[in-house]
Amino acid sequence: MNTAVLAEPASGLMPVIILIVMLLAFGAVIVIGTSLLGPKNKRNNRAQMMPYECGVPGTETTDSKISIKFYLTAILFILFDIEIIFMYPWAVKFMDSIKDGSGGYMIAIMGVFVFLFVVGLIWEVKSKALDWN
Amino acid sequence: MGKDVFEIAVNVAKMFVIFLMMVQAVPILVWLERRGSAFIQNRTGPNRVGPLGLIQLLADAVKFLFKQPFVPEKGVAALYYFAPVMALIPGALALNSIPLSVPIKIQPFEMLGQMWGPYTFLFQGYDIGIGIVFILGISSLGVYSILLAGWGSSNKYSLMGAVRGAAQGISYELALSLALVGIIMVYGTLSFREIVEAQQGSLTFMAFGKEYVLNGVPNWGIFYQPVGALIFFAATFAESNRLPFDLPEAEGELVAGFHTEYGGFNLLLFYIGEYGHMMVASALLATFYFGGYSIPGLTPEEVGMFWTEKVGGANLSAILTALTFHVSLLARVALFLWIFIHVRWTLPRFRYDQLMSLGWKTMLPWALANAVLTAIWLWLGHRV
Repeated sequence: MNTAVLAEPASGLMPVIILIVMLLAFGAVIVIGTSLLGPKNKRNNRAQMMPYECGVPGTETTDSKISIKFYLTAILFILFDIEIIFMYPWAVKFMDSIKDGSGGYMIAIMGVFVFLFVVGLIWEVKSKALDWN
Repeated sequence: MGKDVFEIAVNVAKMFVIFLMMVQAVPILVWLERRGSAFIQNRTGPNRVGPLGLIQLLADAVKFLFKQPFVPEKGVAALYYFAPVMALIPGALALNSIPLSVPIKIQPFEMLGQMWGPYTFLFQGYDIGIGIVFILGISSLGVYSILLAGWGSSNKYSLMGAVRGAAQGISYELALSLALVGIIMVYGTLSFREIVEAQQGSLTFMAFGKEYVLNGVPNWGIFYQPVGALIFFAATFAESNRLPFDLPEAEGELVAGFHTEYGGFNLLLFYIGEYGHMMVASALLATFYFGGYSIPGLTPEEVGMFWTEKVGGANLSAILTALTFHVSLLARVALFLWIFIHVRWTLPRFRYDQLMSLGWKTMLPWALANAVLTAIWLWLGHRV
């Protein structure tokens, strides 16, 4: 692994910051440029400005109700994503530990973690948190 | 970034060139998508503008430039205009962190009455040591552009598409990141370059403490992680909102989903984001499972010697070597992009509950089982 990047995040991530600035500038040029090039609507045309709806005048707005399931999915995602990210440093070191003979120990400790992960997933399925009806 | 003006200039320019590479691939891919769908559905497709209809999208782009952009009433203008710009960012940042070819070693040369060099230019925007974690972090930013577009448009179809897209994106991200645990275990690194370098040579595997070498078979990740590769590939379809996972824009139910209210070049920016995501997914699939830029049976030194004999000149042959390996990666990327397009026009769309239960109840357990079995298999393989 490139330890220099980890030791000096500021210099290692400098190109990323430069690229983000370039992308924002590119996007800004396009968004502003097309609004300058395109035709201007002098009259306030109500039919054009209305949110798209098929055939009838739009009634619902974006503050209409959204299923609670989406919110639940987001919460569950955060839990599981953090659990998966915990596996990454373990996975990086796994091959080295096999070679120096502590592979069984590594599998055992990850086994406990995966067991908790599976129990969590089974509990989620049983409690119907993942069912969409 | 570099130690003198030339190196800094090349390093900055190369990031923008890789981004432009992603942008200019979009017209070709849209053309391929339309002609490909026509081929699959036994139609002609666009064939009027230019030879084989090739410059159809250029004509469309010029037309897009002169469309009137406007925010629908009750829409939030700042979010509405920021969302398409945001859609560019994940694809471009991710594509820049993938090694696209071998590094170019430039010998000292003279320019403008001054000696420059020697330099080593990486054939990628930047080398983040922990590339896999970086990619996972960056690719989830795509959810923001979808959500901002849905919220900024103040249209119920847009909002429905946006929350669907966000929930789907994060659900499949779990299976995606868990499928990569296997590849990290096999190679013991988070760096793309080290993963590609480990895939050179012939297939070597360990079984009960003995090493077996299969000559003539490339040492690719797919042979170590077949299930992981399949889960990764399926999850990238969901991540880039492609059929059969294109629920955020399901046109039968949601008009056009999160970009219903968009038109003109702002819509094109969403397309660049989507096709950029596909290119990143293809390049990652090649890097993790199909040897990256490596050519089976040829080392960079051998290719370098070939070009030195042909053209002479150390710098020119170094550049030609890098381009040769770059073409090798592009061939794989082109193949996977065609698979993306072919799948889109072959499979029907899932229903939303089927999609979520596939992600959480099928792909997540399979990815977990893949990681556990890989760990046990690697452990047993090194035991005598």
